Amino acid sequence: MTELPEFHELTLPNGFSYKQPTGLFINNKFVPSIKKETIDTIDPSNGEKICSVYAASEEDVDVAVKAAKDAFKTTWRHTSGSDRGRLLVKLSELCERDTDKLAAIEAIDSGKPFEQNAKGDIGELYNVLRYYGGWADKVHGQTIPVDDNKLAYTVHEPYGVCGQIIPWNYPLCMLSWKIGPALAAGNTIVLKSAEQTPLSALYLCNLVVEAGFPAGVVNIISGLGPVAGSALSTHPLVSKIAFTGSTAVGQIIQKAASSNMKAVTLETGGKSPLVIFEDANLEQAVKWAAFGIFFNSGQVCTSNSRVLIQEPIYMKFIEKLKECIDSDYKQGLPFGDDTVMVGPQVSKQQQDRILKYIEIGKKEGAKVFTGGYKVTDDEVLAKGYFVKPTIFYDVTPEMTIFKEEIFGPVVSCIPFKTEEEAIELANDTLYGLAAALFSKDITRAHKVARELEAGMVWINSSNDSDFRVPFGGVKMSGIGRELGEYGLTNYTQTKAYHVNLGLKL
Amino acid sequence: MLRTSICLKKSIPSLVRFYSTNKLPLSVPITLPNGIKYDQPTGLFINNEFVPSRQGKTFEVISPSTEEEITHVYEAREDDVNIAVEAATHAFENTDWATQDPAIRGKLLYNLAELVEEHQDVLASIESLDNGKALQLAKGDVGLVAAYIRSCAGWADKVYGKLIETGSTHFSYSRREPLGVCGQIIPWNFPLLMWSWKIAPALATGNTCVLKTAESTPLSALYASKLVKEAGFPRGVLNIVSGFGGTVGAAIASHPKIKKVAFTGSTRTGRTIMKAAAESNLKKITLELGGKSPNIVFADADINKAVQNIILGIYYNSGEVCCAGSRIYVQESIYDKVLEAFKTQAEAVKVGDPFDLETFQGAQTSQQQLDKILSYIDIGKEEGAKVVTGGSRIGDKGYFIKPTIFADVKEDMRIVKEEIFGPVVTITKFKDVDEVIKLANDSEYGLAAGIHTSDINKAIDVSHKIKAGTVWVNTYNDFHSQVPFGGFGQSGIGREMGAEALDNYTQIKAVRIKIY
Repeated sequence: MTELPEFHELTLPNGFSYKQPTGLFINNKFVPSIKKETIDTIDPSNGEKICSVYAASEEDVDVAVKAAKDAFKTTWRHTSGSDRGRLLVKLSELCERDTDKLAAIEAIDSGKPFEQNAKGDIGELYNVLRYYGGWADKVHGQTIPVDDNKLAYTVHEPYGVCGQIIPWNYPLCMLSWKIGPALAAGNTIVLKSAEQTPLSALYLCNLVVEAGFPAGVVNIISGLGPVAGSALSTHPLVSKIAFTGSTAVGQIIQKAASSNMKAVTLETGGKSPLVIFEDANLEQAVKWAAFGIFFNSGQVCTSNSRVLIQEPIYMKFIEKLKECIDSDYKQGLPFGDDTVMVGPQVSKQQQDRILKYIEIGKKEGAKVFTGGYKVTDDEVLAKGYFVKPTIFYDVTPEMTIFKEEIFGPVVSCIPFKTEEEAIELANDTLYGLAAALFSKDITRAHKVARELEAGMVWINSSNDSDFRVPFGGVKMSGIGRELGEYGLTNYTQTKAYHVNLGLKL
Repeated sequence: MLRTSICLKKSIPSLVRFYSTNKLPLSVPITLPNGIKYDQPTGLFINNEFVPSRQGKTFEVISPSTEEEITHVYEAREDDVNIAVEAATHAFENTDWATQDPAIRGKLLYNLAELVEEHQDVLASIESLDNGKALQLAKGDVGLVAAYIRSCAGWADKVYGKLIETGSTHFSYSRREPLGVCGQIIPWNFPLLMWSWKIAPALATGNTCVLKTAESTPLSALYASKLVKEAGFPRGVLNIVSGFGGTVGAAIASHPKIKKVAFTGSTRTGRTIMKAAAESNLKKITLELGGKSPNIVFADADINKAVQNIILGIYYNSGEVCCAGSRIYVQESIYDKVLEAFKTQAEAVKVGDPFDLETFQGAQTSQQQLDKILSYIDIGKEEGAKVVTGGSRIGDKGYFIKPTIFADVKEDMRIVKEEIFGPVVTITKFKDVDEVIKLANDSEYGLAAGIHTSDINKAIDVSHKIKAGTVWVNTYNDFHSQVPFGGFGQSGIGREMGAEALDNYTQIKAVRIKIY
């Protein structure tokens, strides 16, 4: 139980000073949590506390959900698609205006390098909001010819109140992927940020008010998964729950959603394969593979954490990958120089988890080509949660590091002989989020792509997402798709109307 | 022919001519009747610059409510059209305009919509002065312009093709690609709104444009060109050529490098354009032409609301609306009641100075239009129709016509068959549904129709049987950016607005890759 000021006056390492809101954002206002519970947020680059924010309890979630429900019934339901779109586009413009501010808050809270990572995320944030702003007046149903006695048509209605739970690896990006389509389709939302990274979402709430959203349409709360997240996924007035995070928690949410049959979309884990055939453009394969596992410190659901390399180029690839790490993946402080590409992991817990997997890998006989340890040689970096980019090779399918998601800058390299073997190894996983392959042969590329069990396949690139293209996984990587038009349809439910034009009994 | 009549008509220059060597400056300061001062561009807008016409020719722009000259603007001829087409071709072929991330085009359109809103007062005032429409209506137009541009901005990166599943042997897909340089010819009744209906979907989908405004209303599009440049559109993407149909319009319709012509105007001119398109390079065409739309009041309609809608249907925009409800059909049992209420309301329509905010009906747009409408009124009288109200010009300065109702008409009268395009309507009684559907459909046109009834089944049944591209029920002239608009029969080819507008500006490419 703590009393917090309404705002903390924070000054960030790059000199940026601002007022950090601490409250729960409900009905366009910041309010303390009812029981005054708080969470601390840590700067992962040095382990120091940044500040505390109010954490939502089950009671607070109830208040937020009721506000959202009320707003849906009274104002939002009657707000035209064109008007919803205008608000989203306006919010997008405000985010664009405040790029540097948002990027700085994101960098300090999540450890993302300010220049090479956080700024790009803000670009994604405002582009996604603008994109969905453009959809809002275009959510149309169909008229379906039956016969002269019936006028049949469908309306794609919003659900009402949508609960949204987002992770810490791309706080603002994930927020935009969630609120964009939900609001465009006419829903109101209660979004819970990740407990490790609550700050940027709260700052963005200022822009939600400035853009002119009516009260109660957008509600954003900080809180713990098992408390606030759980409350959202079981709340009877929430009609749909969307979650991005681990597969284990995704399963809990899917079960909880059954309480009132709320619609569920889940974007969970991955152990995505990148297959490199011998006819690949090796230099490009190396660059994309490095991007696919070391960018964002490997904290990416679609990271190509298993690289399958055709035998003739196996060791050559691994050597070149290490060269690429050394030249292009400088590790450093988020507010360090402009070339820092790899920041710390988001928390001590994540760092420990990754290091544990590294130990298991070594124990089970995988060979380490580079890395494999916590960064301690640099006095400054030793204070933060840094893990050295790591290449394991001669990994085999029985090993833990082949099967389980590590979520860090650790890649497993596996050799293969034939196309069939590559496909088998690639699909030998419970996950199915993404897959990538490199080959110059158009026939082989498309044939293999068809066989890969994944929601997304990249041919001659990796982790090359675009918000216009649907994103999501098969198997245990999730349910449903985000982004693109598909993402929008996840936030509507179909209602069919039958008008009797003359059929009499 | 149009040009000759403009030379002959009286014009009292009230502005001091600023040019002494017969050279018109590229910008002329204008003070609008409501006091707003602004700089009116007079040149052709090509490659993001205002330029004089090659031959230095200019033409007068007249204010229809005062018959006074507002200014001259430069008049394009065929050589100017060629230059504009070169600019548009270069922008399409040699820059990344068509191939870049389409969201960039979307952002530029959003920028343009913002600027239109910022400049709404000037734009509405220019429109009122140039077209003669009431300022309150012009303001509504500008609001619709911004809304439509925004709607198209959102489409830019959502123009999908298909992945076509034909089995594992092939990877087959379709793409929707832009056409190239599009020629666009717009009318004078809604100058800026028609400009937006043309350029927004064309630019959103990656085409480049050469647009000819109507010779009686060139001003607002030229002012808006400043905003196009400010919004960040690259040079050559949008070009405006002011001029006459016989020269500029014809040059566009037959230009070998223009891949598509979109035209809004009279059916007769539409036919000419379609021929020219066919005879030149078979360019794609879409046409939005005339109408003689029926507005039908059933006995079970809410009479007050129905009367409001039939008033709006014909006197809105001084009747200069392609989809005007210019033939009214009222069911027998309520005919007398409706006609009386209609007459009262028609006589209460405030006609006058466009800049008076109380005015609803402004001036007709030109001397030629005035003459045409008055001649139809004479024809109606000669044919034996009864003038219930109106039937003459108001005053002798400004092209004002009294809201007019003709009753006791026969369906084969010219005033019932032909498009008058003014505040003149015919009213006829009918017995039952089957009769009125026949009457309504007895036309070569098929642009719109109105139905006023409280019976849901009748509304839907009649809507489905009327041959028209838009059917309004218990409303009229009721547009929305997402609802397609266009005609059956001789009212046109193709649809504007809605997702359908994108089809006008894209062509399908199918790609089939063998993979087994």
